[in-house]
Formats: sequence, structure tokens, C-alpha cells
Amino acid sequence: MSATTIPSRAFRERPKESWLAKLFDSKPFLVALCLLPCSGLLIVFMTYPLGLGLWLSLTDTTIGQAGDFVGLDNFISLFDDQIFWNAVGYTIFYTAVATSGKFMLGLWLALLLNHNLPLKAFLRAIVLLPWIVPTVLSSIAWWWIYDPQFSIVSYVAVDVLHVSDQYFDFLGSPWAARWSLIAANIWRGIPFVAITLLAGLQTIPPSLYEAALLDGASGWQKFRRITVPLLMPILSVALTLSVLFTFSDFQLVYAITRGGPFNSTHLMATLAFQRAIPGSQLGEGAAIAVSMIPFLLLATMVCFFGVGRRKWQQGGDND
Amino acid sequence: MTNATVEDAAQGANIDVPEHMAWDSRARRTITIYIPLSIFIVVLLFPFYWMAITSVKPDYEMYDYKKYNPFWVGSPTLDNIKKLLFDTDYPQWLITTMGIATAATFLSVFASVLAAYAIERLRFKGAQHVGLAIYLAYLVPPTILFIPLATMIFQFGLFDSPLALILTYPTTLVPFCTWLLIGYFKSIPYELEECALIDGASRLQILRRITLPLAVPGLISAGIFAFTLSWNEFIYALAFIQSTEKKTVPVAILTELVTGDVFQWGSLMAGSLLGSVPVAIIYSFFVEYYVSSMTGAVKE
Repeated sequence: MSATTIPSRAFRERPKESWLAKLFDSKPFLVALCLLPCSGLLIVFMTYPLGLGLWLSLTDTTIGQAGDFVGLDNFISLFDDQIFWNAVGYTIFYTAVATSGKFMLGLWLALLLNHNLPLKAFLRAIVLLPWIVPTVLSSIAWWWIYDPQFSIVSYVAVDVLHVSDQYFDFLGSPWAARWSLIAANIWRGIPFVAITLLAGLQTIPPSLYEAALLDGASGWQKFRRITVPLLMPILSVALTLSVLFTFSDFQLVYAITRGGPFNSTHLMATLAFQRAIPGSQLGEGAAIAVSMIPFLLLATMVCFFGVGRRKWQQGGDND
Repeated sequence: MTNATVEDAAQGANIDVPEHMAWDSRARRTITIYIPLSIFIVVLLFPFYWMAITSVKPDYEMYDYKKYNPFWVGSPTLDNIKKLLFDTDYPQWLITTMGIATAATFLSVFASVLAAYAIERLRFKGAQHVGLAIYLAYLVPPTILFIPLATMIFQFGLFDSPLALILTYPTTLVPFCTWLLIGYFKSIPYELEECALIDGASRLQILRRITLPLAVPGLISAGIFAFTLSWNEFIYALAFIQSTEKKTVPVAILTELVTGDVFQWGSLMAGSLLGSVPVAIIYSFFVEYYVSSMTGAVKE
């Protein structure tokens, strides 16, 4: 089509056309002009800092003082740092448990919302609320829910249901705190997964289910052979994003425990912040942040290609 | 066993089938759909209810579960909210946050529209690679960028200035908005632009007169997204801003209202509630755009 438009433009007389108008009609110039703001912002505030972060992790920079090159010293000292390894371990655990929780419950919620329900649009709208509201603010609500003395959960368990005889200490001991944070993270993540998967469910043609019904498939078979394979493409994208953002989570942990008790709930991101900004060891903080990168790359690869390929294989099997 | 006999009986007497089925499916529907769904809704919404009810409770009710039912409030009070609005810098924080979010939104939507237009409509060589690079930029989390960015902000002399946030927020917003708008531009028929080209319109005229007006819904959803994301942003605002009056709402509540060992839960909850309300209002007006663009962008 564009071939036909060019001659018609060429034949047209345009006496008023100045050099400026000509410049704005030349495609290379326009492309460059249009990409300039976007690429400028991303190069200055993303690509350059990524490189700078790598460099900082090899120096002993502190706040207000440019450091010297120290080679791999930061990484070597981190290697012997028990707190760092705890943070690595908890970050992996947190990501694995919270992501699987989010996806199981989110998929369930999506399947529930996919039925013909009254007030469907309204339900979809309110379900997204935990995801819309600023994480820090909802985390403060969770902090209050986890209060050792006035926790509403403890109140219900002890004084209403009588299933326990003492109030829970949600944030006082390491494992309790770890699980409490994971629960809050799952709560925040369910809506995103549910709404995304719901959109995927709605693209599955009903005729497939009708065909399965005629063939006598059970509910589980329909779910296993139709729903899951057809959801895989959108599931793999949502899974990749969810794993990435859970792994690099910061707000929730910082708001509720700030890494305590006894540094047991530090994620790599909160530990990096703690060392770099309040502790003013920018070099060491950067080293912790840089050591997140291999994990992030690996997680992206596994989610995207692992899940993506399985979908392809299942498609092949079904044929 | 009993199930099997009931089914047999139903099959035997054909007239009974619809009634049995109707009752059976209704009970089944309640157990498998409505009960789990209501549990989900209650759990997902409870923290907001708890936030709201706590923020209007007087202190003597808040800390005495034996005498007062914690799920309800006997004598609601506005003291917590009044204290928040008049004894702290809360209004100032709200204004700052609003200003920063608006500026960052305009900057990122402006950059994204141009980039998306270039990638999707100008059809230059390598457009796909640029699109992919922008998508990859979306995957870079702010938590690995904030330390080098902090040193850059220091060097530029922007530390403790709202400009630092306005310039750094687009790093997360631009990739997302660009991706969303590319999807939106795809849905606008290219023939319209060709017609305008034949009529002698310049590329800029086409963008201004034809493509942008048609892309308004896309622009609105990109704008809402950018606004809510910058309203929710935390780590940059925590690292780059120091003075009390320039803080954004999420950071200020956590660093200014949480003082000492005794937490003022009433004011904390009131602050969280008021900080969530603007985002929730904007969201409630544009729910349809929001949901469709969120899922649309993920589908890409």
C-alpha cells in the first residue's frame, strides 16, 4: 500500500512546504525524534546505572566519598557473611512459596470468577483492590493484623473459636515472621494472577468443552486437557513477571519487619538497602544487588522457556 | 451407595430428573462456587475493612477487645483523622505525592506515545528489536537500580529534590506504557493513516489529528497505570528524599508516623486509608480500561 501512496504524494503540488516540513516528513529523522525521549530516559536512568552498579560493587564507595577499586573484596566478604546467605536462602524460599501460593489460589479464584455470576463486573473490580492500593499502606494494615497484643486473628482464634489458648506471636520469632510475610505477599499477589488468568480463560472457546462433554470427559479431564494447556501461554508470562517481582520484593518486608527479628526475614533487596543507605556502605550494598542478577536471569529463563516449552509439547501430544 | 441409588431412581423415573438435577446442581453450585468465592472476597477485603474500622475507633475501644466487639465501633470518632490532617504534614505529603505522580505520568506517557508510534507505525528497520529491548527494560527491578541511581542523584545535585523522583520513576513506567500503547496502536487501522497521507497530510499532522484522537482510550489507561504505579512507588522515594515535607505518602507514613515503641495505630490506619483513597477513586472510574489493558499488556 505504501508504494501507491508515494507517487500520489509526489504528484501533489505543495508550494508552502518549507525545509522544516520536509524534515518532519523524512522518516529517519522522525524515527530518531520519536525514540529520543524514551531511549534517553532509559539509557541515562537504567542502562547507565546498571553498569555503574557493577562498577560500584567492585569499589569501597561510601556515601559522600568516592571509593577505590578493590576487586572482588566485597563479594569475598559476602561469601563469609552468614546474614547474606540467610537472606539468599530466605529470598529463594519466599519466592518459591509465595509464587506457588499465589498461582494456586489465583487460578482457583479465576476459575470461580469464570462462572456465570451475578454482579460479575463488580466482583472483578473489588477483587483487584489489594493489587491497586499502595503496597506499603496495605502492609501497614497487615502489621496491625500481626500485632502481638491486639491481633484480630489471634482474637478470633482464642476468644471466638477457642482453637488456641494464647495469642500468636506473628512477628516475634524467625519462622513465624517468615510465614507471616509470605501470607501477606500471597494476599497481595492473588488479584493480579486471578485477573490475568481470567482473561486467559475467557479466550478458550466454549466449543472445546462441549466437544469434551460429548466425548464423556470428566471435570478434571477437561481442566487437565483443555484449560491448563490453553492457559499456558498467558500463564508463563504472568509467572515470569510474578517470580521476578517477588524475588526483588522490598516494600512488604521493609514495612512489616525491616528484616527482623535477628535479621531472619531479610530479602536480598532489603539487606542491600540496609547496608547501602542507612549503613552507608554503597559498595557492599551494590555487591548484594548485583548478586541478585544471576538469580533473576535464571528464574526468567526457567519460567519463560520451561513453561513455554511444556505448553508446546502438550500441544504436540494432543494432536 | 446412596448417590448411586438416587441416580438410578432418577433415571428410572424420567419426570424426576429435572427436579433432582436442579436441586443437585444448585447445592453443588453453592458449595463449589459461592462458598469459596465468598471466602476469597472476605479475605481479600478484610484488611481494608480493618483499616477503615480502626481509623474511626477511639483509643479505649481499640485496645479493649473484652469489653468492645473489635469488629464494630461503638462510638465512631474522627479524632485520628483530625490529628493526622492538622498535627502532621499529611496534607503536604498528599500534595507532593500528587504533584510527583502527575509529572512522572505526563513525562512517561509523552515518551511512550512517541516511542510506541515510532515502533508500531513508522515501520523502520529493527523496530521489533527496539520493542523487545523496551520489554526487557520492564523486567529490570528497581531494587537493583536504586544504589547506583542514588550516587547519580548525588552527583547531579538532585538529592532531596522532587525532580529526582520525577526523572527516575519513568524507568519503570515508560517500558510498561510503551508496551501497552504499541498494543493499542495495532488496533487502529493503518488505512486511516494511508488515506491521510494521500490527502497530503504530514506525518506529524497524522499523529496529531488521526492517530492520537483514536488512541485516547489507550492513553487514558496508560496514564492511569503510570499514575497508580508512581503513587505506589516506594524504594526510590525512600532512598532519594530526606526532608520531612518533601516525602511521598507511603514513605512519610512509615518513617514519620511510626515513632518510638508506641504506635499510634489509629493515625497509622487513617493515614493508610487516606493514602489509598485517591488511587482507589481513580481506579474505580476506569476499572474497565484498567482490567482490559492490564490483561491486554500481559497477553502481549
